[in-house]
Amino acid sequence: MEINFNQLNEILKNLKAHPFKIYPVLTPHTGYLREFKVKEGDRVSGPSGKWLEKPGTPLFVLEREKNLKVIKAKIDGIVKNLKLDLLDKFVEAEEIVLEIQHPLSQEEVISEILLSTLYIIRAPETARYILSPSLLQRIEKQGLGKVKVKKGDELLIMSFMKREVPIYFEEEGSFIIYKLYFSPFEVVPAEKPLIGLCPEKDLPYLEKIIKRIKEEWS
Amino acid sequence: MKIELHKKLTHLMETAIYIRDIKGEDFCDIQTLIEKLLEVHQNFYSYSVEELKSFIESTNQKIEFLLQKAEETLTPYEIVKIVRHPQRITLQDILENVYDNYMELGGDKEINLDPAIVCAKAMLIRKVDNELYFHQVMVIGHEKGHGEEYRQGGSAKPWGNEKALRYMKMAETEGIPIHFFIFTPGAYPIEDYPGAAQQIAKNLYYMAGLKVPTISFISEGGSGGAEAIGLTDFRLMAEKGYYSVISPEGAAAIEANLKEGRPPRELVEKCANFLKLTSYDNLKLGTIDRIVPEPPLGARKKDFDFFRRLKVELIKATDEIVLQTKSLKMFRKYVLSKQDSENFKFYVDWDLTEDEREILLENRIKKYRKISKWAVYEPKSIMKSFMEVGHNLSLKVKNEIKYKILKQGQKSFKKFLSELSSESSVILKPVSDPVKTVYNLIVGKKLKPRIGSQYIPEETTPYESPLALEDKTVSCPQGEKYGCPDLWVPDLYGEFCGVCPNCNYHFPLEYTWYLNNIFDKGSIRTFNDEISSTDPLNFAGYSEKLREAKENTGVNSALLSFEAKIGGISLIAVMLIGDFRQGTVGVAEGEKFIRAIEIAKITRRPFLALVHSTGGIRIHEGTLGVIQMPRCTIAVRDYVEAGGLYIVVYDNNSYAGPVASFLGSAPYQFALRSTRLGFAGPRVIRETTGQDVPPDYHSAENALKRGHIQGIWDRRELRKKIFTALLTMGGQNLYYR
Repeated sequence: MEINFNQLNEILKNLKAHPFKIYPVLTPHTGYLREFKVKEGDRVSGPSGKWLEKPGTPLFVLEREKNLKVIKAKIDGIVKNLKLDLLDKFVEAEEIVLEIQHPLSQEEVISEILLSTLYIIRAPETARYILSPSLLQRIEKQGLGKVKVKKGDELLIMSFMKREVPIYFEEEGSFIIYKLYFSPFEVVPAEKPLIGLCPEKDLPYLEKIIKRIKEEWS
Repeated sequence: MKIELHKKLTHLMETAIYIRDIKGEDFCDIQTLIEKLLEVHQNFYSYSVEELKSFIESTNQKIEFLLQKAEETLTPYEIVKIVRHPQRITLQDILENVYDNYMELGGDKEINLDPAIVCAKAMLIRKVDNELYFHQVMVIGHEKGHGEEYRQGGSAKPWGNEKALRYMKMAETEGIPIHFFIFTPGAYPIEDYPGAAQQIAKNLYYMAGLKVPTISFISEGGSGGAEAIGLTDFRLMAEKGYYSVISPEGAAAIEANLKEGRPPRELVEKCANFLKLTSYDNLKLGTIDRIVPEPPLGARKKDFDFFRRLKVELIKATDEIVLQTKSLKMFRKYVLSKQDSENFKFYVDWDLTEDEREILLENRIKKYRKISKWAVYEPKSIMKSFMEVGHNLSLKVKNEIKYKILKQGQKSFKKFLSELSSESSVILKPVSDPVKTVYNLIVGKKLKPRIGSQYIPEETTPYESPLALEDKTVSCPQGEKYGCPDLWVPDLYGEFCGVCPNCNYHFPLEYTWYLNNIFDKGSIRTFNDEISSTDPLNFAGYSEKLREAKENTGVNSALLSFEAKIGGISLIAVMLIGDFRQGTVGVAEGEKFIRAIEIAKITRRPFLALVHSTGGIRIHEGTLGVIQMPRCTIAVRDYVEAGGLYIVVYDNNSYAGPVASFLGSAPYQFALRSTRLGFAGPRVIRETTGQDVPPDYHSAENALKRGHIQGIWDRRELRKKIFTALLTMGGQNLYYR
């Protein structure tokens, strides 16, 4: 297991060329598209507030059986590819009406890079996870990015309904624990990332890349 | 010599600054006077004694004159400023200067359950012809000074009010009078256990039945917070105090329809005028009993004359309340003696016997029943009112005979028989059986249909909401979260009772839906419809708003009172309707509530309060509205103590005053899923506490979690739920004692 540097460079190049993610806005159901509330290039914002209680910017109005439904933005960004020709036309469900170009922030880029390069241990089941006590002790002492693990080490304890199952590390070679994606005793849905590990010899290069991103994406 | 003069000068300067704070900088050139005083104060030692003396003399005269002049032109808003001024007397000053000895209980400055409420056991010494008598009293009040940083301006949190309640109970056990001191801008609007509104309601309910004389002194009476310790036998008020339903700023924010930010200054002053919050206005309205005179521009921390005066007034008020329970002759003699100085002519023992305590409670009920009655507008002919009085009287007599004499006799005889037959059935059966047969023959054993075993009949022709007439669909607001399908309006407001079948979201419905769907068809008979909301304070613009509301809704007040049946069970009910001025409560609503609950008491029927929506106490009726809180709570207590079954069902917005009194004091409170229940809305909470609250802060779930309500109901089964509640809570005869 090694980091594929070519692939990493490719990703970086892509991200630099398009430093944003595109979120298409689809119609939730059929109906007539009655009104656009935004123009091409408008800046829209997703739900905000401490509890996300303030709804996002209204995008367009969809009418079905005299029910005018205002579709709102779910993410911050800039309106692109607005299909003005759909106005007052009948649209099918799941038709793309516009796209929101969401500019990626430094953290989002780093997490994207990490997710694609690190060796990720994912949750096998929906359950609570805690770090194994010995590992937790070492991480507390040395900090993330320093603790080495090898094959056969106990990493995690999966706990659900009083049933506790240990999870062991199964990859050959020496790895460094780089990132934790969960907090103790939080219920993690299946297939969500738990731990990100980096091969020991690739660590300096990865750190260099992250440093570069931090400098470039200010 | 010079030190004395320095002291005097400092005092003059403080007074001058005080005048400026109250009257503003433009008042009679006060600023130049202050500058001059400051100048002399700074270069004090460069002046000779003679110079200083003459300066102080002349300034003193000037300031006296200014005080007098300021007093003459005092506006209500300036009174509010006096009350809020840091130099204003606080409870600590009163405890130190009015009472001869005191000890604070359960609190030491900031080490306190709630520093905004101070409870103390205090001693009052009465001098009668060179003889000293000692009185023990419990003192409970708000404290806003002497450590302003942790007192929250005298706003009591729910547990602060709970503390007050605890010491009230203690005083009741010991049989000593309680003196309450109200210095609060309002209660602290947080909904931690058991909720601000619920705790105030608990306090009010308990105070309605406190078996010791209670006296309150109001300096800053801010609505619900003031009422939490304000239901008393005698209400004193400081001459320069204010007692109001809402702060002038709050009223201005509502009047200007502001969502955020500060209302304009002129509007605030205007609202202070309209709210009739001064002591003389309140005396005229009848919401207080007596005014304690204050020096010009209000009593400050060093006005010892005022404290002496207050002591006399407190003793006098307690005496009068105690004597009213003892004998009329003594009371008359006491009042005639025109007690006015510190040397008392009488000694009055403040201990009450069991009988006197009962009289005390009766007097309290009568007193609050009378308050604000003059403001009730009820157009009807003399003949009709005469008939009504006769009708009520005959109803009372009939029910007294039916329930007290006949039922009681029957009950005890039945009990005797059943005991006899069950305990010694074997031996006595031959004896008891013939007696039973004869008894049944005489009384007539009616085969009464047992209500408990009956199931509730479904309505055959359901009521159609006017909302259901539109041919369109609407989306459920929670649709995105739960994936609810769009709902066709005739379905939603017809069959689904305005509830999303997927996620149980309750759409708002008009109040007539409840009237038609909960109660048996054609069983509703409203009464007291002619009692109508009026404008007793001449609040600018309110008359038009009222007329508009009456025209739009076709009712005269926000409260409907009626008798009705649910599944054959006859009951008295009231309903606060949100269409009429957001269901706010004023004089008319309070009076109708009391009359309805009285009829329920006389006819011995269960009492149901439905809240379609209520926004609190109507601010346009000022303290006349606030006083409905204790008034109605006393009526509730009277009814519940007599054995009545009182159930409250909330819906939509149920906030503030009514929830913190006559609704919140119900033993059984339920809420529909769509209820938002609490003391103050999110805007008020943000403005007073500076904190944002989560969107579900007032939800029914949270009200259930903190123990305010007894259960959450679904609107689709409301009729069935009320029917079951009546049977289970009320028991077989629906009247549980």
